Amino acid sequence: MPALGADMTSGTLLEWRVKPGDAVKRGDIVAVVDTSKAEIEVEIFEDGVIDELLVAEGAKVPVGTALATVRAGAEAGAQPPQAAAPPPAEAAEAGTPPIPPAGPAETPPPPSPSPPPAPAPVPPPPAFSTPPHEHRLRVSPLARRAAEELGVDLAAVAGSGPGGAITRDDVERAAAGGTVERGEPAPAAPASAAPGPSASGAPATSPAAPAAEPGDRALAMRQAIGALMARSKREIPHYYLQTQIDMSRALAWLAEENLRRPMAERLLPSALLLRATAKATAATPALNGFWVDEAFHPGEGVHLGVAISLRGGGLIAPALHDADRMTVDEVMAGLRDLVARARAGRLRGSEMSDPTITVTNLGEQGVDLVHGVIYPPQVALVGFGAVRERPWAVDGMIGVRPIVTATLAADHRASDGHAGGRFLTLIDHELQRPEEL
Amino acid sequence: MNEQELHDVVIRALTEVAPDVDPGAIDRETSLADQLDLDSIDFLNVLVSVHEQTGIEIPERDYPKLSTLDAAVAYLLAAQSGDAGSGT
Repeated sequence: MPALGADMTSGTLLEWRVKPGDAVKRGDIVAVVDTSKAEIEVEIFEDGVIDELLVAEGAKVPVGTALATVRAGAEAGAQPPQAAAPPPAEAAEAGTPPIPPAGPAETPPPPSPSPPPAPAPVPPPPAFSTPPHEHRLRVSPLARRAAEELGVDLAAVAGSGPGGAITRDDVERAAAGGTVERGEPAPAAPASAAPGPSASGAPATSPAAPAAEPGDRALAMRQAIGALMARSKREIPHYYLQTQIDMSRALAWLAEENLRRPMAERLLPSALLLRATAKATAATPALNGFWVDEAFHPGEGVHLGVAISLRGGGLIAPALHDADRMTVDEVMAGLRDLVARARAGRLRGSEMSDPTITVTNLGEQGVDLVHGVIYPPQVALVGFGAVRERPWAVDGMIGVRPIVTATLAADHRASDGHAGGRFLTLIDHELQRPEEL
Repeated sequence: MNEQELHDVVIRALTEVAPDVDPGAIDRETSLADQLDLDSIDFLNVLVSVHEQTGIEIPERDYPKLSTLDAAVAYLLAAQSGDAGSGT
């Protein structure tokens, strides 16, 4: 179960889109998961063949639980399915009663009839819960040290940090749960770890499993947002900066552009603000990334989290990936697509898990400025208020200009006001040259 | 397209963008953005959908003229007859 946002601790597997034996490619949607916020389409990050589905539809499992096993592309078809090694370890690591995987728990060892009886000394096949960059493990230095001290095999730990990074907490959970070493015979473990009957689809965890009532979901979302924001305010030493930006050039350019564009390609001011923010972020690495285990980890690329309010309350901040390398048209198209899918509840797992900085635009609600609360473990949040006509002094004269107030809330552990101030100035500069955005 | 068909086009566009909206509950004379909580991106998505369904080109300066359901249908009816060259 991937962490689809820092505020997610468990998820309900609503639907499998694949079955054992299906060939899958990196990026394919394999399952739909219900977080407290939304239904999210989960992608796979490996090419290969689905070996076994370990979690039944309807089951609610903690983040870090292996959902299924997949055979890597090269072995596909060549070998019989390997024993599903990861589940006992990962389920135990998650710190809650492990969910019996639907299938194997009922199967006494030895598991698969065909292979020779010797316990297969192969590494566990990669599971869906191993996130994007799993080839080289993402491990914080603190987590690595903890793993050495506790004798935990990092390869068997499911990371819950940004981009699937393994954090110290993950290692400690793994140690507490009695991790399974690589190559240890796995088949007996599921049964012993989960003595209860494994009625498929009837997990032992929370009684509130799938298909939450609307009221439940609203409550769950408020609780998730509340927990994350409380953590932010408790742990992150925020500092706040603001600047006023003259939008006349940007809006004049926009109006002229839109005159000659077909409807579907017209731009909104939000696209310019996001694009300017992406460029400024790329030039200010100290604001782009994550604070994990008492250290700053720069983001790989600028993935702009876009705060989108949900109909019926709550909000969600999926990522516009690699926004620093997009044209303004691509930003606009990406924004329209994200908003439409967020509203319709069709976001993807990768969009939920890895924004490196978040932007919130509350201008449409008529407010002048936003003092944002940072989404942990990110280190900065950029806010835009309404664009308003204001008296503005230029060259010794007072004129009326459209002005927007841009704010930055940043984590003082990761950056200082100097970098933050430079960042806001960069956004201003970018918006004075809209044709180059 | 006649008035009813254009009405249906707008409703379809609205329910694409806001699937939870009950078409029967829409007040025809109140701002769509206000009563349905549409932001500028939602509203643009609605207009683009209307355009894709009808072929009618709506200049940006005319967007405010489609702010209510009745106004939108009236605008589309007029645009359709006054602009025979485009689309339908």
